[in-house]
Amino acid sequence: MAKYLLLKHYRGAPAAVNDVPMDRWTPEEISAHIRYMNDFAARLEKTGEFVDGQALAPEGAWVRYDGEGRPPVTDGPFAETKDLIAGWMVIDVDGYDRAVELAGELSAAPGAGGAPIHEWLEVRPFLSAPPTITE
Amino acid sequence: MDEALLRSLTPGVIAVLVRRGADFAAAEDAVQEALVEAFRAGADQAPRDAKGWLVTVAWRKFLDATRADAARRRREDRVAEEPAPGPAPAVDDTLRLYFLCAHPSLTPASAVALTLRAVGGLTTRQIAEAYLVPEATMAQRISRAKRTVSGVRFDRPGDVSTVLRVLYLVFNEGYSGDVDLAAEAIRLTRQLAARVDHPEPAGLLALMLLHHARRAARTAPDGSLVPLAEQDRGRWDTALIAEGVDVLQVALARDRLGEFQAQAAIAALHADAPTAAETDWVQIVEWYDELVRLTGSPVVRLNRAVAVGEADGPRAGLAALAALDASLPRYDAVAAYLHERDGDLPRAARLYAEAAHRAADLAERDHLTRQAARLNTRLREGRRRQARHDPHDTA
Repeated sequence: MAKYLLLKHYRGAPAAVNDVPMDRWTPEEISAHIRYMNDFAARLEKTGEFVDGQALAPEGAWVRYDGEGRPPVTDGPFAETKDLIAGWMVIDVDGYDRAVELAGELSAAPGAGGAPIHEWLEVRPFLSAPPTITE
Repeated sequence: MDEALLRSLTPGVIAVLVRRGADFAAAEDAVQEALVEAFRAGADQAPRDAKGWLVTVAWRKFLDATRADAARRRREDRVAEEPAPGPAPAVDDTLRLYFLCAHPSLTPASAVALTLRAVGGLTTRQIAEAYLVPEATMAQRISRAKRTVSGVRFDRPGDVSTVLRVLYLVFNEGYSGDVDLAAEAIRLTRQLAARVDHPEPAGLLALMLLHHARRAARTAPDGSLVPLAEQDRGRWDTALIAEGVDVLQVALARDRLGEFQAQAAIAALHADAPTAAETDWVQIVEWYDELVRLTGSPVVRLNRAVAVGEADGPRAGLAALAALDASLPRYDAVAAYLHERDGDLPRAARLYAEAAHRAADLAERDHLTRQAARLNTRLREGRRRQARHDPHDTA
């Protein structure tokens, strides 16, 4: 089994096919979208492939060490251009193909007009697998 | 009662229940409940015949559960009417359980989980911790696996190679949480090898013992990888190596070579060398030729190229490598190593960096990054020394 991180982006990913901001959807469309995501997570729990998932707030800041005795530097509250991660889910699946299949399903969550958003999701393998002995 | 003893009895007890007509999932649940009761009873009340005691308690639990389940009334009638047969030979039953847990209809992950639970007797929490997933996730994985095999007939042994693959997966998972999966895999393979009349389980057991014997030397105190040639051979477990070699020799004498015996033979040749320089690479290449014949695996061909490089020099290794697909995992790492030995340091440094970028696990990536850094530092110092000798040639 291999663990993968599925990343949803607020910003930074290529535009979705059905690219309408969420605040222009109807409340029903938003409910349908959220229900789809919850059902997806619940289904992965049943298949034994779910590890963890969290949503993140859209405010983020870059933080940097600024030398001995000084407070860390931040880029301030007005970060307009950087990537922002909206949320993530960790899955534990048999392999890469299954991870891509699941990401594809998650990307089909309904959006404006009830049609799938075709949102781009990032799929990243974990680098934590213990080594297979090959020496 | 002794936990290790109870664990070793688990598969046999499940198998007796299944033979008496219990559904696999129900049998497994009943035995888990019986184990809980055994733990509660404590060490002072250990019965003389622990297995007989467990069978009795588990069978009672199974009957209770069956009676409570109205939907299963028909089976209850059948069970009530038929007298329970006496315990069948335990050896045979446990063996069947191995095959059931590694059934081809299960995904590798499910087969591993079910084997650890039903044959190994580990708790769901222990398995979940070892695989770093939530307990609920592992519980679902196990119950799905149980459902998948519940319709499978329990009457004939399956394919031994499937079972061996599952056990090797467990072994390679190593160690996290409070269970050492490598040790657990060795324990289960030992049981299997004692029961199957075939040299390959013994081959796998030998391979595991030989790898396990070198485990302490394989990582530095900070967790970084130590390559075979640099390992402190004084830290290898000589008793395990001796046992592995013995098991392997008995298996090889039966003259039915399989892939695990050939891999174990290579591991034995490594373990046998007093120093890395004294490794018998010529014989290792011969065993790789056997392995290529048995498996045709591209990964085996890649490892063979490394062995050829040691036996006949880096040029020969690079020639063997040239025949292979460059997209293979670890191809860059092997190429980097051979180019370094051939004296082409800039190319080796570049390939090590490339290999680090493509590494699939953390320890390996860090190791390859250090290799690239080591060569780049050497190249930089070389240039600096040259600049001092010839100050006009610094452009």
